[in-house]
This record gives sequence, structure tokens and C-alpha cells, in this order.
Amino acid sequence: MAEDFTSPDDVQFRFRDDETVAVPAVTVDSFIDQTNANAVRIEPGDDARDLLPHLDHIALVEVNFPAFGDGRGYSAARILREAGYEGELRAVGDVLVDQIAYMRRCGFDSFAPQKRLDEADVERALSHWPEVYQKTVDGRAPIWKLRHG
Amino acid sequence: MKILTGNDLKTGAVVWWDGQNWSLHVEDAVDVGDRAEEILGREEAARRVNASYAIDATRDEDGGVRPAHIKDRVRALGPTVRPDLTLKPAEPEALNWVI
Amino acid sequence: MYKYDNYDQAMVDARVEEFRDQARRRLEGKLTEDQFKPLRLMNGLYLQLHAYMLRVAVPYGTLNGEQMHALADIADKYDRGYGHFTTRQNIQYNWIKLEDAGDILADLAKVEMHAIQTSGNCIRNISSDHFAGAAADELVDPRPYAEILRQWSSFHPEFSYLPRKFKIAVIASDTDRAAMRLHDIGIQIVRNEAGEIGAAFYVGGGMGRTPMVAPCIHDFVPLDQLVTYSEACLRVYNRYGRRDNKYKARIKILVHELGKEEYARQVEEEFAHMLEQGIEPPLAELERIKTYFADPAFKTDLPTEADRSDPEFALWMDRNTHPHKQAGYVSAVISLKPVGGIPGDASAEQMHLMAELAKEYSFDECRVMHTQNIVLPHVEIGRLHELWSKLEAAGLGTPNLDQIDDIIACPGLDYCSLANARSIPVAQKISKRFAETGKGDELGQLKLKISGCINACGHHHAGHIGILGVDRKGVENYQLLLGGSEAEDCSLGKITGPGFDEDGIVDAVEKATDVYLANREGSERFLDTYRRIGMDPFKEALYG
Repeated sequence: MAEDFTSPDDVQFRFRDDETVAVPAVTVDSFIDQTNANAVRIEPGDDARDLLPHLDHIALVEVNFPAFGDGRGYSAARILREAGYEGELRAVGDVLVDQIAYMRRCGFDSFAPQKRLDEADVERALSHWPEVYQKTVDGRAPIWKLRHG
Repeated sequence: MKILTGNDLKTGAVVWWDGQNWSLHVEDAVDVGDRAEEILGREEAARRVNASYAIDATRDEDGGVRPAHIKDRVRALGPTVRPDLTLKPAEPEALNWVI
Repeated sequence: MYKYDNYDQAMVDARVEEFRDQARRRLEGKLTEDQFKPLRLMNGLYLQLHAYMLRVAVPYGTLNGEQMHALADIADKYDRGYGHFTTRQNIQYNWIKLEDAGDILADLAKVEMHAIQTSGNCIRNISSDHFAGAAADELVDPRPYAEILRQWSSFHPEFSYLPRKFKIAVIASDTDRAAMRLHDIGIQIVRNEAGEIGAAFYVGGGMGRTPMVAPCIHDFVPLDQLVTYSEACLRVYNRYGRRDNKYKARIKILVHELGKEEYARQVEEEFAHMLEQGIEPPLAELERIKTYFADPAFKTDLPTEADRSDPEFALWMDRNTHPHKQAGYVSAVISLKPVGGIPGDASAEQMHLMAELAKEYSFDECRVMHTQNIVLPHVEIGRLHELWSKLEAAGLGTPNLDQIDDIIACPGLDYCSLANARSIPVAQKISKRFAETGKGDELGQLKLKISGCINACGHHHAGHIGILGVDRKGVENYQLLLGGSEAEDCSLGKITGPGFDEDGIVDAVEKATDVYLANREGSERFLDTYRRIGMDPFKEALYG
């Protein structure tokens, strides 16, 4: 349902400097059918890889988290970044303080939580981890890299 | 009778609704009739109780309260295999009440 | 054993502070219980029947004396003077307060311990062979590989909200002492025909509601692709594991529904892609970790025989020691299964003693077994009698490893909010019965495992004899299973028929052992006889 889709006003945290895409995102199915759309919304059951042939003309991907415990969106985000997607990757829905740091590590760079979050709590959560153990798509050097150069 | 139970949010201790407050002793539990949802909603929201729920219970001849299910009787007394850690360490026969 | 460097320490310390902050927000009402629950579970904090329960990770079951002392101190300071060693080589405390949990985690961090991912729908603490680094029959020490995977799985950003919990075991011997094929991923470190070391991956095993033995989906993953392959296995699961039904959400259901070939194909596809992402730690990291698991300074030219003139000691030595790769040493098992006791429970005092014994007799190392006992991995044969005397004096010298009274039992309805029936009292009655009749000594190896509900923390499917507690109209009832094994001859037990009450199940176990004794040929174990003669003679004796 289109009215559920986020508008730029719903974005509470954004970690990129370009202009926010103002058009509403469309579903993966309708995106594949219409060549002129540049914003698309992934639901938990969608296959993010369906978008890979079209990445060069996508400016915004919203990944919906209807419930914070459904972690499929983390894989969707990483898959897009691993494929070289550089546009905005927005987590929407049941996005909470304690998941945001992991979402950042999987490549999300904007957040439109259903319920606005305490900004101090989010800031603390994002700066909390001194290092990371895994190499992901966020560019951070994992601990093994720091150990061995 | 319908009684209310849950755990203290900070300590995790098993507690029972006595009409005013949350008691450690099942004997203090009161019949809440059809007001379970209202009381639990209010008490959970105020964080005076955690993981609360309503259960069936009966009143013993001696006035005690006996939860219908063994799980809640274990909760009310303590682990049957460690009588020393139950609420009634001096009364080994209390274990019969659980089973 | 492994020592944290500054990075490891900083991560564990950060986790303590993160949890303190989460607990504070819960107490202030900024987090609902629904939001807080997965966060506390990922720090091992459950809400159980009587209080919060804290499960502390013992990575691959290995502890040093200082850590064992710290576990004892936690039992005394924050709990009621005891702890319970679990079937995944961890320890849990039953009487924890939420307001103390942060302080406990801080105390653990001081001795390089934590409760990270001991629960929750994430990759759990990684288990291994309790005789790792000591067993005469192992190819290599499996623990460095488990440690690589521990670091990779800790705070994994993509795999912290999986469809369901995820358990990994790593072994490196053809003898399976870690129930490897009953894990979500079981890894066996193997040597291929070219003489190289690699990892065989078994995926989709598990117990619980739908028990399955994991099929092998890759017989040789090179060591410099271990993390990458694991990542591919997990990504396929995270994307396609079922989330519509909690009871069908484990990876075993996905592997079963897709078929192992199709699952393996999808993993291969993802693996090929992942190999390009450069996510694998260099082999130098594995080498760095391996240095921590180098052999201790074993003595040479030690006596290889002990004075066996004391028959009680000789019995203990026969039953509770395991052959060591170094001549003159054995691994000694400290039984936490005294007759009539609570399987896996140890008092703070006993933990302190085991810590001291580890320092004095075993190069400052001990291990937790998945069978809820403790191992001193490297004991001089010449000092065994001295060790045994000290264990005996503390009630820790029961000579019953893999005997019928070495029972695995989950906490059951005495402690666990998921349980349908009590497990511990059944274990106590069975061990007493066989001690009183003296029949236990005739039975040889017989693995008996009891769960108080279908979730199978007591591994009942994998017992030569298994017992499953169920709720029958509000009354505890116990089903009997025969023929399971968690070892290299892995199999799932079958239910004999209608269940029994608490005393009835004790009688039923005795009858089953009578059938075995009447039919045993040569040196057959109970399991071998069952496999040869089948279920019918047992059914006849039980229900006939």
C-alpha cells in the first residue's frame, strides 16, 4: 500500500550528503515492470538480487522491517552493497536503537523508524563498538586485519 | 478462582497479586474475577511486574491458594529437588503440595 | 589455551557496557519487554521459573583455574552457592537479579569470559570435543578452528536475527564426543588424500521437536575458506529459513525441505560470490590462534602404569580416564553425577576445588563436557591416585563415566519455564535404583538422557535410553525411547509406546536393561543389542 511508504520527512537519521529522493518507492514487482522508477521497496520475502540488473538507475532502496526480529533485511542490504549499489539504503519500519549499529554495518545509510528514536541513545549505540570482528560492506577494518596488516 | 502472577522486573522473584501489591507468597493471592486484563495492563505499564499472566487456582480447606497447574505450584514453592532453597525449607512435606 | 588480546578484551568490555545501558533503558521503561527480551537473551539472560537465569559461555568447553574460581565466586556472590553445567558445555545460574546482571558480566570480563550469544536467535557458543588437545585419537586440536569461528560469529551484524537459534560444533577426530551431527552446523576437521587439512561440513542436524541427523554437504572446505563457507551457509539460512512457524524455523527444516543437494547448491552459489568479498581472515590469524593451543610442557619418560592395588581406585581409573596422546598422561573425568544427585550441578566449593586441581594436576586447564561432567585433560598417570583421593573426599569421585547413572538431565520443571515435566527427580530415582540393586555395574556403557520437554536440552533422542517428560492433562508423564546415539554411530531413538508415571518410568528402564542383559552377546553394549534384536523384545517386556 503506497500510503505506508516513507517520505523524506520520515527519515530520522541519514548518513549521506546527496539530495533525498522524494518519489515514493514502489514494490519490487512493479519496479521490475516499470523502467522509469528510481526508488524501490524491499519486503522481507523479496529477493534483493532481482534488483541487481537495475542498480545503475536506482537512487533509493527502502528495506522494510515489519518486525525487528525478522533479520532478512540485513542480508538484503549487504547483497546490494556487495553488488556495488551506492544509492541510499534506507531501513524503515520497526527500526530500534539496538539494531541500528548492525544495520549500519550491513550498509544502511538512512533510517526511517516507525516510532522516532531517542537521538542520544542512537548516537551512543552507533559509536559503541571500538572495533569489529567481521569484514562487511561498511569499510571498517576487522580485528584480524588490524592484527596482521 | 482467577489469580495473577508474574516476576518482579528487577529481581525476577515470583510474585502474586494480593489486591494492592505483588506478594512473594501465593497464599496472599486474591481472586480477581474478570479484572485480570485491566490489572495486568496497568501493572506491566508501570513496570511493577514482568511477564505476568492470569491462572486458575482453587482455595484449600485451610484457606491456602493452590494454582491449578503444577508449573505454577513449582513457581510458588521453589525447586522440588532443592527443598533448602524453597520458600518453606523447614517443611519438607510442602513438596507434596506441589505434586 | 586462548588468551584475549586488547581487541578481544575491548569487545567484551564494550558488550558489558552495552548491556548495562540496555538494562537501564528497560528499567526506565524505554524498552518494552518484547524489545528487551532478544537483547537480554543474546547476553544469556533468561526469565525462568524462579528468577532470571544467566547462562555463561565456556567457549569449546575450555576453562583455566582462575576462570573456574571466578565461576564459583559468581555462584557465591550473586546466586545461591551453586551452578549448573549444561549440555552445550556452558554453565548457568538459576537465581540471578536483573539489577546484578551487568556487574556479573563485568566480573566475567575480568577473567576473559562472557555470556555473549548463549541464547537468542543467533550463532550460539561453539562447542567442541572435551578431550581436544589431549585425545590420542585426534587429528589436530579442533579448538583453534572453533576460536576462529567464535570471533567471526561474535556480534555478527547480518546473523543476529536469524529465523531461530544456531549451534555449531567442531571436532577433529573420527570418534565424535560432541554430538557433532546433531548441530545446525557440525564441522569435522579432516585430512584429504593429498594430506591437506580441511573441514567437512555437516548441516541441518538437531534434536528438539523434529530431530535430524545432519547430512554432509561438503566433504572438504580448505582452511583458508572456513569462515567464508560458514558465512555462505548462514546467509542461505537467514534468507530462506522459515519464519512463519517457530517450530519449523531451524536450519534442519530448510535443509530437509530443499533437500541436501539443493541446499548445498545454493550454498555453493553464495560461496562463489562470497569468495570475492575478501571476508576470510588470513591463515596467519589461524596460526596466531594455534600458538595459544600449543601443547603444555609435557614431561617425558613418565610411568605409564599406576598402582592399581586399591580396587575402588582401579575401577575409577578404568571408567573415568581417557587415553592421552602423550605417554604417561591421561584425561581424567570428574563426575558431577553422584548417586541421587542433581546431574551437572556443582557447588561453589566444588568449583573452587576443581579449579585448584586443574592448576595442580592438569596444567591449569579443565573442560566442561556436554555430558555435564568436568575433565582434567592432562593428568600424569603416576599422580592419578592422589587426584582421585582428593576427588573422593569432595564427593566428586563417582566412577560412572558413560554408565547408566552418568545421566544427562535438563533442569526440567524444577527450574525451566518451557518444561512439561521434571527431569531431575527421575534421574535421581534411576541412579538410586541401579545403585541399590547393583545392576548398574553389569551394564557397561549405557547412555541415558532425560529431557523435560520436546525441546530436548537433555538430548533424549540421542540416548541409548532416552526419556521424554510430557504433560498429560496436567500430570507429568514420561515416554521411553531406545536406540539413540550422539556419537559417530549417530542415530535417533524411537519411542517404545505409551508413557509411564514417575515410578513407572524407573521400572521401565530397569526392564529394558533386563532385556539387554538376557540377550547380550559377547561384549555388546546396550545399543548394539538393541540394534541387533530390534524394538519388539523390549516392547514385549514393557507392555506384554
